[in-house]
Amino acid sequence: MAFNVIKSGVLTLVQDLGRHGYQHLGVTTGGPMDEFAFRWGNALLSNHANAAQLEITFGMLTLEAQAPTSIAITGADLGATLNNKAILPWQTYAIKKGDVLTFNQPKLGLRAYLAVKGGLQITPVLGSVATVMREALGGLSGKGEKIQKGDILPFVATTEHQQRITPRLAIPNYEQQNIPMVMSYQFTTLSGLDRARLFCNEYAVTAASDRMGYRLSGEAIQGDKKGIISEGIAYGSIQLPNDGQPIVLLRDRQTIGGYPKMGCVTSFGGGLLAQKKPGDMINFQCLSLNQAEQERTRKMTQLSQLR
Amino acid sequence: MSQAEQQPFEFGQITIEMVNEQSCLLRFADHIDDTVADAIGLVTLRLRDLDGIIDTIPSYTSLLVTFAIEQYDQVAICQQIQSLLNNLDMADIKSRVSREIVIPVYYAEEVGPDLQEVADHCGMTVEEVIQLHSQTTYRAYAIGFTPGFAFLGNTPEVLHVPRKNTPRLKVPTGSVAIAERQTAVYPGVSPGGWQILGRTPTPLVDWQSDSLALIEVGDNVRFEAISQAEFIAQGGQLDGF
Repeated sequence: MAFNVIKSGVLTLVQDLGRHGYQHLGVTTGGPMDEFAFRWGNALLSNHANAAQLEITFGMLTLEAQAPTSIAITGADLGATLNNKAILPWQTYAIKKGDVLTFNQPKLGLRAYLAVKGGLQITPVLGSVATVMREALGGLSGKGEKIQKGDILPFVATTEHQQRITPRLAIPNYEQQNIPMVMSYQFTTLSGLDRARLFCNEYAVTAASDRMGYRLSGEAIQGDKKGIISEGIAYGSIQLPNDGQPIVLLRDRQTIGGYPKMGCVTSFGGGLLAQKKPGDMINFQCLSLNQAEQERTRKMTQLSQLR
Repeated sequence: MSQAEQQPFEFGQITIEMVNEQSCLLRFADHIDDTVADAIGLVTLRLRDLDGIIDTIPSYTSLLVTFAIEQYDQVAICQQIQSLLNNLDMADIKSRVSREIVIPVYYAEEVGPDLQEVADHCGMTVEEVIQLHSQTTYRAYAIGFTPGFAFLGNTPEVLHVPRKNTPRLKVPTGSVAIAERQTAVYPGVSPGGWQILGRTPTPLVDWQSDSLALIEVGDNVRFEAISQAEFIAQGGQLDGF
């Protein structure tokens, strides 16, 4: 049983929590750009945390159900409709055979998640179904392809459905401009003036942003331009290239690199950033590592308290 | 080369710093040499056996570790890694079997379009370039750029050449190339700015097999010149650029 893809959308990808354990071979992780939105989708359906979902960027996707199931929609509000009736994210919906589900255009945020009861039934590559187009890994075919018109997205049919909604307090505010980060890597090599620039300025998300990295534009940070011996790049690394315009490296990032890094956005902060569109403004909010740990623990606890 | 190469590695000199809430970076040294590479290789192997370690990225002088945040907080992970380091010594490195990987290469203009340019730059004949490149045993210091792309060093000093001014948009799978003091094999078709000397018929990555990637960080790698007939017999493709 499955969804038929009637319209493919701008960029629709199969994702799970990512391809872990192969970065030493240069294989990136992939995974959901907004991790907590993804986690809520599976939690609302009592799925395994790693169950495969669709990550729908921008919208323009139409699916037709071949069988009954239960779905959850989380993340961005892409003006979704079920049989032409508007529906809201962060809750579950019962699906009957023949139902038509459409994601139109962004109203708030950029990336929505569609979870289905039991997860999409897709064969993993290197332990994961996460689609990484650049590496030709994961997805429906295993070859890193995005969803196309005519694709069949298999699931296990069920008439079991439980009406559930994400508690208001746990829903992130996608209009929030502050992106939490921790100082690390080469932060200490920055001059006082550069540190002030990083925290006191707004940066615009540029059109050259994608799943690999969000390229920002604003007052240039000078740095020392020396470069470093290539080292491992952690999720959320804020890289400082020679032109001084920061690049935040996200799920499809390269594994190693030789540009200095000023720290990392937190996993929650990276999710907020990934919901921004070109032209949106952000600023960096400095957290201590303790605060970053607490932030994550709080988000995970909210998930586990769902009833 | 340098004196540092002769000195034994002190595990006590490794620093551990948190880089985000689920990753920490181990810094081994501020210079690149084989002793440092050995130590990084050993610690990487030991850490990968540890419960709750999600990913490791060894590089020239450092090792990035991503851990399960459900299992460790910053204090617990640093203690865990520190206690692992305290129980290592150089004898462990010596006991580790260092793999040597031999990669057959068809060196010729038709698959190595930069051979003549490199020879001219280095003031040698094409034959001398081939001989020098295939005589040296290299160390895999890091993997990155694309999956399975191993940065191998060091090439003999006389073979040091800059990258191409304009990178090629398409470098064919298996291309063997050099740039500055490093050499590498392109595991798949990708853009690339290194100087291409030849091509190997041996696949560098195969995600369907258990071996996954032919080269891992810390391996020793040697190239062996083969003829066009051997290249084709071993499954080599002569497709163009």
